[in-house]
Amino acid sequence: MSENTQRLVPTPGQTIGPFYGYALPYENGENLVDRSHPGSVRLHGTVYDGHGVPVPDSMLEIWQADENGNVSQETGSLIRDGYTFTGFGRVAVDNEGHYTFTTVNPGPTEAGKAPFICLTVFARGLLNRLFTRIYLPEDTEALANDPLLSGLSEDERATLVAPAKRTARCASTCTCRVTARPCSWPTRGLNDQHRSSHTGKPPGG
Amino acid sequence: MAQITKQYEESGRTETQPRLDYAPYRSSILRHPTKDPRHTDPETIELYAPAFGERDVHKLESDLTIQDGGEPIGERIRITGRILDGDGRPVRNQLVEIWQANAAGRYIHKRDQHPAPIDPNFTGVGRCLTGDDGSYSFVTIKPGPYPWKNHQNAWRPAHVHFSLFGTDFTQRMITQMYFPGDPLFALDPIYQSIVDPKARERLVADYDHNVSEHEWLLGYKWDIVLSGSNRTWTEDDSNV
Ligand SMILES: [Fe+3]
Repeated sequence: MSENTQRLVPTPGQTIGPFYGYALPYENGENLVDRSHPGSVRLHGTVYDGHGVPVPDSMLEIWQADENGNVSQETGSLIRDGYTFTGFGRVAVDNEGHYTFTTVNPGPTEAGKAPFICLTVFARGLLNRLFTRIYLPEDTEALANDPLLSGLSEDERATLVAPAKRTARCASTCTCRVTARPCSWPTRGLNDQHRSSHTGKPPGG
Repeated sequence: MAQITKQYEESGRTETQPRLDYAPYRSSILRHPTKDPRHTDPETIELYAPAFGERDVHKLESDLTIQDGGEPIGERIRITGRILDGDGRPVRNQLVEIWQANAAGRYIHKRDQHPAPIDPNFTGVGRCLTGDDGSYSFVTIKPGPYPWKNHQNAWRPAHVHFSLFGTDFTQRMITQMYFPGDPLFALDPIYQSIVDPKARERLVADYDHNVSEHEWLLGYKWDIVLSGSNRTWTEDDSNV
């Protein structure tokens, strides 16, 4: 963010603080589609601090294309009608740092591109928001060609791809996506010095 | 904090955002990234932001003094300004959300245990959509400072939390607006985490007598600049 290329200097961010809970989360914020939607997936995970302790006061937002890769510009994210896909979701983690979104797998916005979900992380103690991406594992060729992923080490890449698994808890059509470390852009997130202790062991699956 | 300020002054660099790792704010110690962020060119989805409209936000939600029937206690104020992107273009029809403590420094939040009175007529939550010129406006009550547990006798300067969307999802941000002349600025690690004095002053509203209304309220003006957008703009957009 060089000041030379911008005429105006951006206003600084600040932490969301501890008391957003009654102001920002809203009913059905985490449900981009209904659970009964034939393509619904559960996207879930846990937010950890640098000691691997779950963070109970974090808020997450996702923004994504629909199943066909179209970017929605429909209003109605705050007051959902149950039919319109707006592409935006917001959820506060629970007391154990866990979150769940109900959504669909995004399609590629351009042919051959790896589809991903944009994730923004806010937390008490985090002085500015962090952006990251959650990639889907299925299209391995697209993943291999992705400009962001291909610049990362194997370990780092793994932190951005959400494994899919079918679970008995969901309807047969439902896939659960688990993001073990939503906060590492690879590493652009909360302190992740303890990442190794979580690798391959997604919590809350 | 004084030591960090001194190091910053000697560094000769210009910072415009808060430090993420700012030890005087104790909660940041385990909650900051330990590796450098990887920058990447935004892709299609990141060049758009969710759309919000009348369906999402009722006009009355921008007046925090009329939400619960009775009159809240405190100084009635208006906070208004414009939201622009880094190229000076207005951010139109976008969602602005605010939340704040009441005049006594107390939030309607179950974890706020500050022994100050709750105002039954004030929730401290408001929303609005920006106009075609990027403007927003809220009528509210001036929030009080409140204590917190960061260190002995720690008090937050009075502030209003702001949540903002731009035209690109990468412009999404949350920040805090402060009031001019607050004696707690120098003592507050959250404010001071923006180590550059000019940068942190961008979070302080101006008192604006033209916004004040005769025998009714006091006016504050605060403009917000989001980061530059990467979207290609049409001729039409840039003429505003
Ligand atoms: Fe606050």
